[in-house]
Amino acid sequence: MPTKPDTAAASTARDGAEAGEPLIEIEDLKVHFGLGGGGLSRLTGRGAGTVKAVDGVDLTLRKGEVLGLVGESGSGKTTLGRTLLGLNRPTGGHIRYRGLDLAGLSERRMRPMRRELQMVFQDPHASLNPVMDIRTAVGHPLEIHGLAASEEERDAKVVEALERVGLHPAEQFLDKYPSDLSGGQKQRAVLARAIIADPRLLVADEPISMLDMSVRAKILQLMLDLRDDLGLTFVYVTHDLASAKYFCDRIAIMYLGRIVELGTTDEVFAEPRHPYTRALLAAIPEPDPERAVTRNLPRGEVPDAARPPAGCSFHPRCAAALSACGWEARDLRTYLERRWLTLEPDDWARERDLLGDLTGLDTPGLLEAVLRPGRGGTAEDVLALLERLREEDADGEAPEPFWRGVTALELRDGAVRLAFAEPADPRLLPVAGAGTTVACHLHDPARSAAVPPQTPASA
Amino acid sequence: MTQTALTSAPEPGSLPVGPTPAGKRFRGLRRFLAPIRQAHGMPKAMLWTGGIITALLALTAILAPLIAPYSFDAYQSGGHQFPKQGHPSGTHLFGTTVQNFDVLSRVVYGARTALEVMILAVVFSLILGVLLGLLAGYLGGWLDRILVLVMDALFAFPYLLLAIVAGFMLSGIIGGGVVTAALSITIVYIPQYFRVVRSSALSAREQVYVEAARAMGAKPSTIVRKYLFGNVIQSVPVIATMNAGDAISTLAGLGFLGLGIQPTEAAEWGYDLQRAIDDVNSGMWWTALYPGLAIVLAILGFTLLGEGLNDVYNPTIRRRRIIRAVLPVPTARKRLHEAAGNGGGTGSTTGDNGKAGTTSETGTTPEEGDGQ
Repeated sequence: MPTKPDTAAASTARDGAEAGEPLIEIEDLKVHFGLGGGGLSRLTGRGAGTVKAVDGVDLTLRKGEVLGLVGESGSGKTTLGRTLLGLNRPTGGHIRYRGLDLAGLSERRMRPMRRELQMVFQDPHASLNPVMDIRTAVGHPLEIHGLAASEEERDAKVVEALERVGLHPAEQFLDKYPSDLSGGQKQRAVLARAIIADPRLLVADEPISMLDMSVRAKILQLMLDLRDDLGLTFVYVTHDLASAKYFCDRIAIMYLGRIVELGTTDEVFAEPRHPYTRALLAAIPEPDPERAVTRNLPRGEVPDAARPPAGCSFHPRCAAALSACGWEARDLRTYLERRWLTLEPDDWARERDLLGDLTGLDTPGLLEAVLRPGRGGTAEDVLALLERLREEDADGEAPEPFWRGVTALELRDGAVRLAFAEPADPRLLPVAGAGTTVACHLHDPARSAAVPPQTPASA
Repeated sequence: MTQTALTSAPEPGSLPVGPTPAGKRFRGLRRFLAPIRQAHGMPKAMLWTGGIITALLALTAILAPLIAPYSFDAYQSGGHQFPKQGHPSGTHLFGTTVQNFDVLSRVVYGARTALEVMILAVVFSLILGVLLGLLAGYLGGWLDRILVLVMDALFAFPYLLLAIVAGFMLSGIIGGGVVTAALSITIVYIPQYFRVVRSSALSAREQVYVEAARAMGAKPSTIVRKYLFGNVIQSVPVIATMNAGDAISTLAGLGFLGLGIQPTEAAEWGYDLQRAIDDVNSGMWWTALYPGLAIVLAILGFTLLGEGLNDVYNPTIRRRRIIRAVLPVPTARKRLHEAAGNGGGTGSTTGDNGKAGTTSETGTTPEEGDGQ
């Protein structure tokens, strides 16, 4: 399988499916997990806050399409996929499916629905019961939902499903145990188990990431065949953009529990709008040593999901962030610490003494930072340092976006006060003249009229 | 299709294409027995010794009426009363007791009692312990907390003391008998099964295949029966055999203290031992020796069997044997010939040549002559 397959032929063949009617409509879906916290907070009964794994997702799944949920670890893509099937209980929002709201269904009422909504897990070995032979394992959904009247009928259906996923002659596999099969065969058996009850939606959670490279393309092709033959709708959860490009009709890019960009695969790959999407695309390995792309990778790590940044969650890592992207006091500390990494030890010690204790800046949501001078100087010195930094960064090769969010830098009561612009959450807005929707202020005509839309990083 | 033909054509016999119903049924059993067949060395010796002793014990118990010369509570035969504390003799091979009972018959019938109590106790505690452990492990919550608390409390008692208390209470309710003894031993062993099953259920419940079963729409009861039970039960047979030996010693202990089975209901080794204490002081060895020997043998048999099974099944102890590869003799000789022939010609492989010469001198010289 080529790392970046050419999708031109594949996507034109699939264009017919895009006009399909909606199968599932997700509306403002929220899944928040309470944190246990340390031993002390557990004793006192207070939680350590919540992680917003999925935070307000709107999405419509059309019949017969393959939707890719793409993002880094911790972006909430797996949680969203599991919540679709009711394996996680949503904290808010709606999942509308055939006139029912799955979000509010009890486990008991959800069970019959699971015949139509199936899931394929990441690890094929772990998702098969080690003490159950393939005949029983693959046929179990039939038994659960009472779809086979007799053992002969069940066996016939199991054989049919196994042949369907390419395990033939199926009779050879019936009495085998999962440990007798290879990884690819196991994933095929898992797929057989998923399709045997004739489902409508299949959520595939990184179904190929545990498989050998040689088997991956075959499994993906098998899933495409299944979609065409059985009219399945797929939700394909992955962090692997190359396989998403090969497999998906539409792609939703997720970051910290939100969809930041949603569009057809062709459009997202041809013209990524969100800075995060651009960064992800730039991170795909390029096997051609002659064509080394500039790696405009985002700085830093994915932030702590329990304390997400204000405004756009991506702004601390974004090179093109604007004033309204959600700058706050925490970002000042990150900015200073990143700067100190580049300094000589002497300079660093001087600046650290001058600025004193920065831990007060860590509280999320502070739109005003007050810097009291440390032992090494006066408030005037601090102000002078910050102003010098602002000047330097504005002139540099890559302008530091942090200063765009600072609206005031002044002396007050023997301390330096910084004020930040009011943050605004970017909403998913359709891009003019294209089919994609993007949650980014850069592409919000009301905000970024002055700033010209940036060219893609790879151009 | 070509692939189908390729995979199925060359070896049609090796793959069970159409298994017989019997083959299908015993497949799981064969999987279970495979490690036993592969056992070797010390575990194999323990398994066999334990197995043979246990089998002899079981045979004795089943065929007790045929083996024993008299009934366990007989003190006379054909109008002749047995001698009191009689020496081992032709009519009474193991002698007689102070109550005029025949020691051999008591020992043989004692095997029957021991086996009955042992089986009942193991089955009761296994069923209860596995069931409670599965529920506590899978459901968790307050049920789990309460059960763990109760089980830990039971575990904290010395096991014999617990059995005595239970035996005392039960004999007041349902009287002394085989079932009472079995029940009081049951209580002692439930926590062992509970703990093992609960902890494996706890870890199995987090497995992806349980999640997958939920995603398929399986009810919790189905998940417990089909997905947890089979994975949790695997360590239980080993505990059961280990407990079996233990159960016999506990029964003997209860009998010795007079809390077990009434002497008129069944022969019991522990009770006989207790009655024999005075005899030992007056130099009568036979009344104490044979029941004691029977207890030791029975416990030894079950313990060896249990330890052997544990060695075979426990993956942390089990060692896979490394089999030394042995080249078949004809091949080795042929290679030597070739080495000798080529070595002489090229002159570069003198080392090989010399080695070939020495090995052929040690063993294969006569055959070489024959071959040529």
